[in-house]
Amino acid sequence: MTSANTMNSNSSRRQKTPLEHILRVALYICLLGMAAVYLMPFLVMFLTSLKDVEEIRSGTLLSLPGSLNFDAWVKAWGGACTGSSCNGIAPFFINSFQIVIPAVLISTIIGALNGYVISMWKFKGSDIFFGALLIGCFIPFQVILLPMARTLGWLGIANTTTGLVFVHVVYGVAFTTLFFRNFYQGIPSDLIKAARLDGAGFFTIFRRIILPISTPIIVVTIIWQFTQIWNDFLFGVAFSGFDTQPVTVALNNLVNTSFGGKEYNVDMAAAILAALPTLLVYVLAGKYFVRGLTAGAVKG
Amino acid sequence: MTIKASSLESKATSAQAKSFSLADLIPKLVMAPTIVVTLICMYGYMIWTAVLSMTNSRMLPSYDFVGLSQYERLFNNDRWIVALTNLGIFGGLFIFICLFLGVMLAIFLDQKIRNEGAIRTIYLYPMAISFIVTGTAWKWLLNPTNGLEKMMVDWGFESFTFDWLVNPDKVVYCLVIAAVWQASGFVMALFLAGLRGVDGDLIKAANLDGANIFTTYRRIILPSLKPVFFSAVVILSHIAIKSFDLVAALTNGGPGYSSDLPANFMYAHTFTRSQIGLGSASAMVMLGCVLAILIPYLYSELRGERHD
Amino acid sequence: MKKFAFALTAAALTVGAANSYAGEVEVLHWWTSGGEAASINVLKGLMVEEGHTWKDFAVAGGAGESAMTVLKSRAISGNPPASAQIKGPTIQEWGSLGFLTNLDAVAAQGEWDVVLPQVVSDVMKYEGHYVAAPVNVHRVNWMWANPEVFRKSGAELPTSWDQFLVEAEKIKAAGYTPLAHGGQAWQDATLFEAIALEKGVNFYNKAFIAHSDQTLRSQDMIDVFNTFKQVRKYVDVGFSGRDWNVATSMVINGEAAMQIMGDWAKGEFTAANKKAGIDYVCLPAPGTSDSFTFNIDSLAMFKVEGKDNQAAQQDLARLILEPEFQETFNLNKGSIPARLNMPREKFDTCAHASMDSFLASSTTGNLTPSMAHGMSTSSMVQGAIYDVVTNFFNDDSMTAEQAVDKLARAVKASL
Repeated sequence: MTSANTMNSNSSRRQKTPLEHILRVALYICLLGMAAVYLMPFLVMFLTSLKDVEEIRSGTLLSLPGSLNFDAWVKAWGGACTGSSCNGIAPFFINSFQIVIPAVLISTIIGALNGYVISMWKFKGSDIFFGALLIGCFIPFQVILLPMARTLGWLGIANTTTGLVFVHVVYGVAFTTLFFRNFYQGIPSDLIKAARLDGAGFFTIFRRIILPISTPIIVVTIIWQFTQIWNDFLFGVAFSGFDTQPVTVALNNLVNTSFGGKEYNVDMAAAILAALPTLLVYVLAGKYFVRGLTAGAVKG
Repeated sequence: MTIKASSLESKATSAQAKSFSLADLIPKLVMAPTIVVTLICMYGYMIWTAVLSMTNSRMLPSYDFVGLSQYERLFNNDRWIVALTNLGIFGGLFIFICLFLGVMLAIFLDQKIRNEGAIRTIYLYPMAISFIVTGTAWKWLLNPTNGLEKMMVDWGFESFTFDWLVNPDKVVYCLVIAAVWQASGFVMALFLAGLRGVDGDLIKAANLDGANIFTTYRRIILPSLKPVFFSAVVILSHIAIKSFDLVAALTNGGPGYSSDLPANFMYAHTFTRSQIGLGSASAMVMLGCVLAILIPYLYSELRGERHD
Repeated sequence: MKKFAFALTAAALTVGAANSYAGEVEVLHWWTSGGEAASINVLKGLMVEEGHTWKDFAVAGGAGESAMTVLKSRAISGNPPASAQIKGPTIQEWGSLGFLTNLDAVAAQGEWDVVLPQVVSDVMKYEGHYVAAPVNVHRVNWMWANPEVFRKSGAELPTSWDQFLVEAEKIKAAGYTPLAHGGQAWQDATLFEAIALEKGVNFYNKAFIAHSDQTLRSQDMIDVFNTFKQVRKYVDVGFSGRDWNVATSMVINGEAAMQIMGDWAKGEFTAANKKAGIDYVCLPAPGTSDSFTFNIDSLAMFKVEGKDNQAAQQDLARLILEPEFQETFNLNKGSIPARLNMPREKFDTCAHASMDSFLASSTTGNLTPSMAHGMSTSSMVQGAIYDVVTNFFNDDSMTAEQAVDKLARAVKASL
């Protein structure tokens, strides 16, 4: 099934030569070295969050904190000021979840249906439309802020959670459609043809045949969308109301304060906290992510 | 393979159309909301921006037409030229290095590595964090007075210098470093997935022919990953063009405006400098550049797919 | 603990003051740091006492850049906040688009024309009507110095830019960074305008308010750019992109000798428990002791629906000008009250100097709006000047003559 298996089973049957041993050691050094590089920024953030302000000023970036000190974390979670209220970033997590969950679900469902139509129920113009959708991915989001604001105003959902969900769905659908379309291209069409000859309709086929085999790509899409929407700042700041600001906006307020001494430890703790949900998703579901990609998202 | 089948399928659909017009309508109805929204919120807004680029809109949109003079102003603007050049350098290097690192790490990781899962997660995690979060850490690392340079000097490498962040000629490479850090792990995952999907028979055949491992990769495996390259390039160019947070968090365009990118230029002029007309013109040029490169690529790739 | 007590009193007062109307005000601002949040909370508390609801919409970042984006998207969606932190000519721009509401009634009642100096009230008006309320006046042309560093390097506090260059050389030789600076466009512009101001308020006004092409291309302007480039030599290597408060802490720590920065820098010294006149000194930027470049923060009031909300908005405008808020806010922020004749006891020596200079310069005509802080000109021209100034500061190969030419052309293109 996989290339690695085939090749390695070949080589493992033989006795390893000294050259292969050296190569193998070099391989590990290379991989671990790169891992260290990738980890560095996170490590700097984490170490800084554990130091007190004086240690940050005097020490180097990677010096270890003198003692384990989680004050900064406590403050970032529940006591730092993000405006006239000083309740940390905790209250904003709820806002973020209220935006992210519906937006991810809706854009995933729409993407699945679109992908299904484009790959299996082609109609005149559906391919052209797919191309148009793909090109749409490349509009810089800064361009659409003003016209979108006007549109949301007309729809009466300006500065509400509903409005933000709408925006995220609109600009997320291009990618979700792309993912599902590529996945469904790989499904043998005999399966569908047979079902249609049996008289199964559009939705029956989707529910009975397509959905059950879509799990890998659903996982990929959800991870992708969750990350994108959770990390969004631009839409979150421009289209939220005073009580619907997502956590990225709160984090920005916390980090970008211009007056009074900068508490880098609190900034860093807040940054890690704000990134925790996406980090968790990657750590816990990362395995399924690569599997899902293998199952077809990357074809075509 | 799949294409042949689906074209058969569409023939079947059209044959049935006469008798089941409602059933035939369903796919169109399902797509309709997306089509409408895409037409309005992507293409409609694009046209609106194109219209604004020909007006002298300042703080808010107005419809006082001035022809193409905003474009003339744009190309007389030194800062815009810098931003556009930077996008070329940044985009090219970013995509190339990400692809190179991604392929390399994927091949390395595909050699039955112990703890593959953990290493893979480490490579992948930067994609999960936005630059609002990591910007400050990168700023510190790259800053000569308290980052890597200081660390190396403290460790005894007195002559080590790394001052790209404060050097107007080199700062764009700092952007590349941080962007590669963020996206290369994702590219690695794409290629790793691709490698795992390569047909084992092909490789066996190659091995029987006596090809060594390097030849196998170069001649057989990598060419079969062409679709993965396609996806990666689409996603990477998407990221490159939209690199806004990166600049905002890392350099804010500085030193001077030497690390400005078009997205930042456009944002600054549209929102903080009350030059919506000029900002819109820059957005159109940006879009034009992207399409000029992307459409032929998309076209050839999607067409090519149809033929296999 | 304190906050809890405050909440209790506030709650009690709300019940007591539950009068005929209770409206809501949504306030868009970028006062997000600890000290600022405390100051804005005073205003919030006053509003709550009046029975109103305060909806806080804080967006930090880049001197209000993000907040301006939000404001535009809110305005264009037909849902602007009741009040937003905007300043300078931007107030007139919003006024001309018909977004702002009339505050004349409150202003008449509170005698704003009497308690506010003319320069301040002019900025708050659109076509002769009040549309915004000022919260403070910042002096921008300050220099903050660490006397210890000066003593150790045998240098004297400079009173002209020529002397600055001489003293800076001594400080550099003694192993200190002469000028703490952060390489961000607005900081470069702050430094630049301080150098330009030495050429006199007349020159300054012609260049940055009237944008006279002749002045922009004059020999004086070339001199200003030359001095600016020479000052660049006395900045340390890692200045690029540095936040201003990090630069201030270099002066506090004794790494650097001076910083040219507005009076908000004082908050940093206060936070580090440093005493004015002992641990640090504040004095006008070299050669500008007779002049005062001002930067006024203000809250503009947008047209809103609903009688109660409109009433709340008018109350907000009234409360901003009341001495209680003016004093607390400005004690926290390092600035001076926009309102004249306030009790001065609680303010420190730097603020006293600022108040004296404000009064004196307003009679001599040496009171002038800050270009770097968006008080003197539209955001378009300001942006154009920023670009030339910051690029010149960072580009070793550009000559002052080239810079002057670029400046004149860029300003013309953006008018």
